[in-house]
Amino acid sequence: MSPRRKLVEVRNLKLYFPIYGGLLRRQVGSVKAVDDVSFDIYEGETLGIVGESGCGKSTCGRAVLRLYDATAGSITIDGENIADLPPETLRKKRPSMQMVFQDPQASLNPRMTVAGIIGEPLDEHTDWDRKKKLERIYELMDAVGLNRDFAHRYPHAFSGGQRQRIGIARALALNPRFIVCDEPIAALDVSIQAQVVNLLEELQDQFGLTYMFISHDLSMVRHIADRVAVMYLGKIVELAPVVDLYDHPAHPYTEALLSAVPEPDPSAERRKDRIVLTGDVPSPANPPQGCNFCTRCPRVMDICRQIEPETREILPGHFVACHLHNQDKTTGRTGGAQAEHTQNQIQQGEDA
Amino acid sequence: MTDTVSFRAPRNQWWDVWDQFKTHKGALVGSVVFIAILLFCFVGPTLWPYDATYIDIRSRNQGFSLAHPFGTDQLGRDIFARMMKGGQVSLAVGVVAMVLSVFIGTAIGVMAGYFRRIDGLLMRMTDLFLALPLLPLLLVMSMLFRQPLSSAFGVETGMFLLIVVAIAITSWMRTARVVRGDVLALKEREYVLAGRSIGTPPRRLILRHILPNVLSPVMVSATLMLATAIITESALSFLGMGFPPDFPTWGRLVADGVDYLQQYPSRSMLPGVFISLVVLSVNYIGDGLRDALDPRIRGR
Repeated sequence: MSPRRKLVEVRNLKLYFPIYGGLLRRQVGSVKAVDDVSFDIYEGETLGIVGESGCGKSTCGRAVLRLYDATAGSITIDGENIADLPPETLRKKRPSMQMVFQDPQASLNPRMTVAGIIGEPLDEHTDWDRKKKLERIYELMDAVGLNRDFAHRYPHAFSGGQRQRIGIARALALNPRFIVCDEPIAALDVSIQAQVVNLLEELQDQFGLTYMFISHDLSMVRHIADRVAVMYLGKIVELAPVVDLYDHPAHPYTEALLSAVPEPDPSAERRKDRIVLTGDVPSPANPPQGCNFCTRCPRVMDICRQIEPETREILPGHFVACHLHNQDKTTGRTGGAQAEHTQNQIQQGEDA
Repeated sequence: MTDTVSFRAPRNQWWDVWDQFKTHKGALVGSVVFIAILLFCFVGPTLWPYDATYIDIRSRNQGFSLAHPFGTDQLGRDIFARMMKGGQVSLAVGVVAMVLSVFIGTAIGVMAGYFRRIDGLLMRMTDLFLALPLLPLLLVMSMLFRQPLSSAFGVETGMFLLIVVAIAITSWMRTARVVRGDVLALKEREYVLAGRSIGTPPRRLILRHILPNVLSPVMVSATLMLATAIITESALSFLGMGFPPDFPTWGRLVADGVDYLQQYPSRSMLPGVFISLVVLSVNYIGDGLRDALDPRIRGR
């Protein structure tokens, strides 16, 4: 298979929220929501981002679309660094990158009709007449499986799954190439989750979409993603093709996460040795010295408390930031060069 | 879900609004009363034979009669006619001052809530206006600007402008605060974020997503504001700082009647009742409109 093009390249993305305190409201520190994150997303693939709540995955997704201004780093989408685009150019660029939000209730304006909501991107970026817009709205409603009769109803009249379809239709309106799905299924019932995920997959096949799929549902990510990045406290600790990651997790945190996935078979569930992490996630305003995970890691070493581990490629396409994998395999490859090595691994991820 | 590919022609949404409005009894009664008062004030004078300023000294201080349904005052002027004429001015002042005040309040509230940069400045300005003693300020304003405005626009228009502006700029603060609070909460909602991710510029984000959703508090403060405006105008006229003495407004009619409260209590009570009726009916209309404009309540 020919190597595919990188659609999104994120390099050393940092997003710090300042904390003001004291009498003069001076900046006394910052919450490192996203701290030095680098990854690539290839055209047509799905990159899953997993991690526990508060680890910065949603913030990361929003920063990638520049809904938040990044503190540092570059985000290149389709050859253009959007981190420092002026507002008007950014506005022109918006159609190619869209977002599906977590809470379908909150992401739809209660005072707009479905047609108004789906048509909003068209109002902003096209000069079509009403008839043509309505035609396109109907087309999108068909694509996401909504009855055309619903076009002039308000969001409160819909169920959660239908609302999420409206949100997806809105994201599709301008034929984007890249969609950030920010926990699109977290607020839905399990039966509806499958529907929405299948819909997302169908749309990906149909329109050749590229997804960044943020979720805390590991089994759902396994189902939809080609490659998975695990985040902990604002950093990516492991990034690997989905089969590699689930079968041979390299980072202790990933192991712990995977061991927490419920097993449908009760006897297997009982036999499984769960890795239970002790303690809480440290505050992102005051991360520990050395490795972020050193306070809870079951296999912590002295070096972890002093030196921050670099991201290394332990297998082609499998990146880990952990000292456990540094001692024997110090081949000198570092995070900056990671992108080139992933290409041959993608196919493996896709077959999963 | 049916698979019929039927295109039911979308009904005009204002019909839904009207349907919902109709179900609100208070709002319906309120509209009927308000429209009746409007007709009384604006159509009445063309049908009624007496002029509001016509002095018939021989028939002064009369009680209720067919010729003078509300009696006559101490100069023999027909109070019925004066009520109509006074209503015109009071309603006009009330409505215009309300619109102006709500407009200023909403604009400042939205700006302060949406643009963090100017929030502090605008809110301190609001505090400043809140801290001003209103009545003395109004009195000083009417002292200062009465002459120039009267000579520029004529006595009546000049006073009208002065009073409307004076009431508006001393009463927008409450609206601004309420709206700012709501906007602060609304702008963090995901649909506003969704609007930004689409590339909607702030101007249209505000018009499309924020303003329709702060409609309820704005509506409530608008209806309250109408009442405040009419009453403030009455207070100004009562203090002799409003319109000229022979120019009837409801507030002035109340004030004029106070001297005769012992003998003819109806003289100040009738305009008072009209002010209350207008305020009450507008409150109910506002309540009904707020419900009717909210799609979540509509159709239940």
